Amino acid sequence: MPDKTQDLIDQNVQDLNNDGVDRRGFLKCMSWAGTGLVWTMSGGIPVSRAFAKTYGKDAGKGADFTFVQISDSHIGFNKPANPDVTATLQTAINKINAMPQKPDFIIHTGDLTQLSKPSEFDTLGQALKGASTKQIYFVPGEHDMLSDNGQQFLERYGKGTKGTGWYSFDHKGVHFVGLVNVANLKAGGMGSLGHEQLEWLEGDLHGRSASTPIVLFAHIPLWTIYPDWGWGTDDSEQALSYVKRFGSVTVLNGHIHQIMQKVEGKVSFHTAMSTAFPQPAPGTAASAGPMKVPVEQLQQVLGITDVNYMVSGRSLAVVDSPLGASNS
Amino acid sequence: MVDLTLGLTTKDLGPRKKLEQEHQTQKGSRAMLSKNVWAAAFISAVIIAVVLLLAGSPTATAAGPPSATNAEVKIDNFSFGPQTITVPVGATVTWTNHDDIPHTSVSTDGVFKSKVIDTDEKFSYTFAKAGTYSYYCTIHPKMTGQVVVK
Repeated sequence: MPDKTQDLIDQNVQDLNNDGVDRRGFLKCMSWAGTGLVWTMSGGIPVSRAFAKTYGKDAGKGADFTFVQISDSHIGFNKPANPDVTATLQTAINKINAMPQKPDFIIHTGDLTQLSKPSEFDTLGQALKGASTKQIYFVPGEHDMLSDNGQQFLERYGKGTKGTGWYSFDHKGVHFVGLVNVANLKAGGMGSLGHEQLEWLEGDLHGRSASTPIVLFAHIPLWTIYPDWGWGTDDSEQALSYVKRFGSVTVLNGHIHQIMQKVEGKVSFHTAMSTAFPQPAPGTAASAGPMKVPVEQLQQVLGITDVNYMVSGRSLAVVDSPLGASNS
Repeated sequence: MVDLTLGLTTKDLGPRKKLEQEHQTQKGSRAMLSKNVWAAAFISAVIIAVVLLLAGSPTATAAGPPSATNAEVKIDNFSFGPQTITVPVGATVTWTNHDDIPHTSVSTDGVFKSKVIDTDEKFSYTFAKAGTYSYYCTIHPKMTGQVVVK
């Protein structure tokens, strides 16, 4: 690995260890997103390697299992930032189908649709039928809960869940928790989990061994990225206090349509790219509205996230992969 | 005042003098009359000027409370503009979404609640009662605004 690359990675690791969002660090992350970057979380220390070194044919090799996160499909969106979001979702699905190690399941972190319309949910469902991975877990985004308090979403993707759609499940020794922070939002606030869900979460984690790897996933980031744009969750601190005793915690979010990462103690935070359209970096535009990029660049700013889990290292390797990058 | 002075002077004078006085007073009265005409003309001019000023004022404060019966709130870049709007009782406020992302306009006290306002769509509400109405976008709750009805 060239020294320059190593320097960049070292700085990147350093920036990620800061609590705040580091603008320079973020930009480096973004510049890396074009080629891919692996983050392996082990005991709270992030180790990054160039994407090409680990991905490709050997990707996921040695991992006990792999799952994929997709986010923010916004089916029904048809503005200039991406007039065909169904096509880019299809590209994401093709990418998942072409993965060398078949993922055990897919997690969709919300904003399946643009306007919660039945026809939009239908289109999404039809597209996802084409995924060779049949098991898909969902949490709603705010766009999935418009006008009907999330009834459309819950009927289709929230069967057996609690409250506004939260739940947990275990997979090969890892405990996954899907949280909803887009319901009953208060004026002037950000994302919100609410008292009932927090109580449930505390109970859900109670009695579990501290060595159980925990994965929390929700639509809006569970860490404060940019309050002016509402990019955070008002009561996430409470939720995170319940996972502090665990040795490995990974938090996966969407909503902001770009990659952001942070490590705090043993908790690794990660946001995924959208499959529909990019959004600006915090504070770099008048608002968080869809960002128009040249057509040929669109596939570099949309993508999927592949997470590899290895029992031996008790670590999760998170690989962000733009739609425009080839698998090998 | 003119009549009062006339009455007093005629009482104290003899018949002849009375006549002269009457003549004089008629003269004087004529003079007073013409003074009154001038005063009236002046007052009228002032009234006209005031009326003109008053007539001019609504255009100067078109967005202000007294004349507007309808008002517009623009949704742009994830914000309501103007953030606080003052309207008279009975005014209809119309929100128009200029963003590529849907928004809502929902009163925090449950007084009014829009459906989803997608790009270029509108929502209107008529305020029948005076009061201060706080509202927000339920999708992006950082977006808040106020309608003051007077």
